[in-house]
Amino acid sequence: MNNKNSRRILVSGNEAVGEAAIQAGCTFYAGYPITPQNELTAYMSRRMSETGGTFIQAESELAAINMVFGASAAGARAMTSSSSPGISLKQEGISYLVGCKLPAVIVNMMRAGPGLGNITPAQGDYFQATRGGGHGDYRTIVLAPSSVQEAFELQILAFDLADKYRNPVILLGDGTLGQMMEPLTLHPTPYTLHATQKPWAVTGCKEREPNVIRSLFLKEGVLEEHNKKLQKKFAEIEKKEIRYEEKNTEDAEVILVAYGTVSRICQAVMEKARRKGAKVGLIRPITLWPFPYGMINKLADLKKKFLVIEMNYGQMLEDVKLAAEGKSKVKFYGRGGGGIPQEEEIMTELLHFSLS
Amino acid sequence: MKDENNKEKIKSLRNVPMHYCPGCGHTIAHRLICEVIDELDIREKMIGIAPVGCAVIAYDYWNFDVTEAAHGRPPAVATGIKRVEPDKIVFTYQGDGDLASIGTAEIIHCANRGENISVFFINNAIYGMTGGQMAPTTLIGQKTATTLTGRDIKRDGYPLKICELLALLPGAKYIERVALSSAENIRQAKRAMKKAFQTQIENKGFSLVEILSPCPTNWRLSPAEAMKWIDKKMTSYFPLGVVKDD
Amino acid sequence: MTERIICAGFGGQGIVTLGKILAHTGMLEKRNVTYIPKYGAEMRGGTAHCMVIISDNLISSPLVSVPDSAIVMNLPSLLKFEESLKAKGDLFLNSSLIKKETERKDIRVIKIPATEIATKLGNKQVANMVMLGAYFKQKRMFFEENIFIALEEVLNKPELLSINKQAVKEGMKEVSEKYISDL
Repeated sequence: MNNKNSRRILVSGNEAVGEAAIQAGCTFYAGYPITPQNELTAYMSRRMSETGGTFIQAESELAAINMVFGASAAGARAMTSSSSPGISLKQEGISYLVGCKLPAVIVNMMRAGPGLGNITPAQGDYFQATRGGGHGDYRTIVLAPSSVQEAFELQILAFDLADKYRNPVILLGDGTLGQMMEPLTLHPTPYTLHATQKPWAVTGCKEREPNVIRSLFLKEGVLEEHNKKLQKKFAEIEKKEIRYEEKNTEDAEVILVAYGTVSRICQAVMEKARRKGAKVGLIRPITLWPFPYGMINKLADLKKKFLVIEMNYGQMLEDVKLAAEGKSKVKFYGRGGGGIPQEEEIMTELLHFSLS
Repeated sequence: MKDENNKEKIKSLRNVPMHYCPGCGHTIAHRLICEVIDELDIREKMIGIAPVGCAVIAYDYWNFDVTEAAHGRPPAVATGIKRVEPDKIVFTYQGDGDLASIGTAEIIHCANRGENISVFFINNAIYGMTGGQMAPTTLIGQKTATTLTGRDIKRDGYPLKICELLALLPGAKYIERVALSSAENIRQAKRAMKKAFQTQIENKGFSLVEILSPCPTNWRLSPAEAMKWIDKKMTSYFPLGVVKDD
Repeated sequence: MTERIICAGFGGQGIVTLGKILAHTGMLEKRNVTYIPKYGAEMRGGTAHCMVIISDNLISSPLVSVPDSAIVMNLPSLLKFEESLKAKGDLFLNSSLIKKETERKDIRVIKIPATEIATKLGNKQVANMVMLGAYFKQKRMFFEENIFIALEEVLNKPELLSINKQAVKEGMKEVSEKYISDL
């Protein structure tokens, strides 16, 4: 970020996410290097030393997420970041964070799997991110930016939501978003952040009763009550935090549904199709959990068809089908293993689907 | 202040019955740690990390701030806490499965970074809560639920000497092995715990006290026999004393 | 206006820097830009390319499948990208390293002996900047002032700034002398 004159700077998604964390008051980062998010780790290393925060290159992803657990337990705004294989390792810690009602921000710049896969972009971790990912019955808020600017803004939102609901939030990007550079406008005034008091944090019990942070409840019925409280919180999030972008859906016959990088490709397809007179719309979920079931359901009532496009073999597809409740046609096109759906391919699918 | 039995009340220890088996070392270890905290007058600065294992609900007994941690991860959690709250006193309390098996990476790297925390490592050479299976510190030939004919080095490897291993790391400043097997040994254990906290208070770096602790239930011994077993069997493989004091 | 560019060469030829300066110049002209590298596991050697889009409109996809222009620094990159170039597109070739003629008849080919020019300047590493100069001169899309601001801000190495600027100027000169006419 070396432009001195302008508030508009050219940065990668990884760097934008890192700067957003700093702007949001994040004072603790622990992570383990993995491509394609290494720029983020490096950025945090530099910025934490400049801002007096803590940066730790952990011995493993397991250690990193548990360091974040500790920092969060002590009341800090804390984050970690990784890419798919590393995020799998963090699942244990994410489950504990939810169980202990601790806020944290976890960034996943997805790469192609399964296994080691390779370092090309992918969206194969949708299920893992939106269904909890680790053991137990829980959800994490999942934010899916599609541009560098939006990555910056959603990362700040991620910290606010994490504190507001005392729940981990996942920023879900892919290798393309992490690596891509775009102009970023740094807002002249800082965001209004939740000036969150954390009376529950473990900071020493001076002048108060001791605090205990736990997810273990052995007495009969207590764990069920704890789970009911969590579920109530998840229901509240589902009610209040759904975010999406909707374009040309009113007159659309076919609506493309895509998120993140893929939604940009679909935007181009929609514009081309519209120029040719085809009535095509676009829905871009910004929160993948909570998912915008309600609005898709309403559009399904109007018999609009949905073409779901993903960089995987059909994961968000299941949510769109759940939303449509069989009332309208849902079709899918996707590529995985690092393959990126191309405009022409999507156009062909669109054409076939329109005629069906 | 005195409690109902006219004993001096320990402020850091809640006045509730403990769930541990008769003759279990956790009861003694909890009490010693809490006495030391009171004596150093650091209760209001304490942040403890409870393990996974028999002492999983240690926070029901400790009267200061405590967080749980996933199995093996207390050193990582402690790192996060201590970096955010460097003026507080942070300790982990971990069993042999937690520290020496599933959490080996975390403890080595925590010590190697020289994290300014204290670790109390309860070594009873067996897995207590899950029903007496082999621990990384189970002695050669010792019978457990998963070593029915005794620990066989060809199949199970050797008991892990954590103190000696960690003493190699420059980040580790004070390491001592103690036992809860006699009044004198218990007094020494308390001195070691105090020294561990003092090491942290003086910002010297990582400290660890390994505590050889009886588990009569899973050893299939009476509490009195269990104490003798520590002195007779355990200390010959895990010698007592200061391993490192920089 | 939307200009889609692919820059390609082997690792170490400064492809990333080339692309970043292009995108940065676009940004300074208040246009929308995207830059995305084809990232690989290897740090040196191998082939490298990046995609840059400069547009007056919102950029939907940052990926470039049919470039308007290609800046190509070595032979493998020519073989990889010459087919995808748009009809009437501009192909900028580093003719010092590419002796092969392109098969395409529907494109404009701008041959720049970039490595030779850079070597004459005293550092063959600045061949990328020679190509950049040629590109800017040929396209006439940007204010020269912005190009040099971008150069300064992206490079961030004051000691190398002068030779890089000189290389850009040499590239510009090469185009003005040889390729004035249109296709």
